[in-house]
Amino acid sequence: MLHIVNKSPLASTSLENCLDVAVSGELLLIEDAVYAATAGNAFEPRLRAAMERFTVFVLQPDLDARGMGDRLVAGVTPVDYGGFVELAVNSNTCQSWL
Amino acid sequence: MSAVKKFMFVNRKAPYGTIYALESLEVVLITAAFDQDVSLAFLDDGVYQLKKGQQTKGIETKNFSPTYRALEDYDVEKLYVLKESLEARGLSEDDLLVPVNVLNRAEMGALMDAQDVVLSY
Repeated sequence: MLHIVNKSPLASTSLENCLDVAVSGELLLIEDAVYAATAGNAFEPRLRAAMERFTVFVLQPDLDARGMGDRLVAGVTPVDYGGFVELAVNSNTCQSWL
Repeated sequence: MSAVKKFMFVNRKAPYGTIYALESLEVVLITAAFDQDVSLAFLDDGVYQLKKGQQTKGIETKNFSPTYRALEDYDVEKLYVLKESLEARGLSEDDLLVPVNVLNRAEMGALMDAQDVVLSY
């Protein structure tokens, strides 16, 4: 299953709520949620723990827009819009944690 | 002309995810045109507005970050950033587009308290 989060981990509990409930599968971070996958962010330890259960992806254009492309947490896979579509079509279900 | 007032713009949102950061910047420029005493405060995710290296071509959105560098041309030179917010995001002053004054929470609170007008974004 694909889980999509679009809120900053330090401004909203969306990502935390997602990780509390979701079991495993793919986690895609888009828009302000990309900050969760940047080195030095206070949420980094929680993301690293989640990487044991999820394959974590980040939308590269959103990372670049925010000037954070050079500090992606190792092990997180960047995808473009085509990759986003592929993740969606390859999953039976998607949940957007708005 | 009436007396100059102390205006503070409090920025707490990351850029692009919402419209707040851009809206704040627009009103800052308007206020500066009226020769007021303008301060900008960056707290919480607002510190991300000042991150160097923003490249927005991929999301087809205007990159407004160069505008922060133009603020001094409008005599807006008082930029304050909350130290704890930088630290929680793995950022340092070197990561920012413009020179800023880094304040701790007590200093930021005192500065906020000393304003005539506070605008929240």
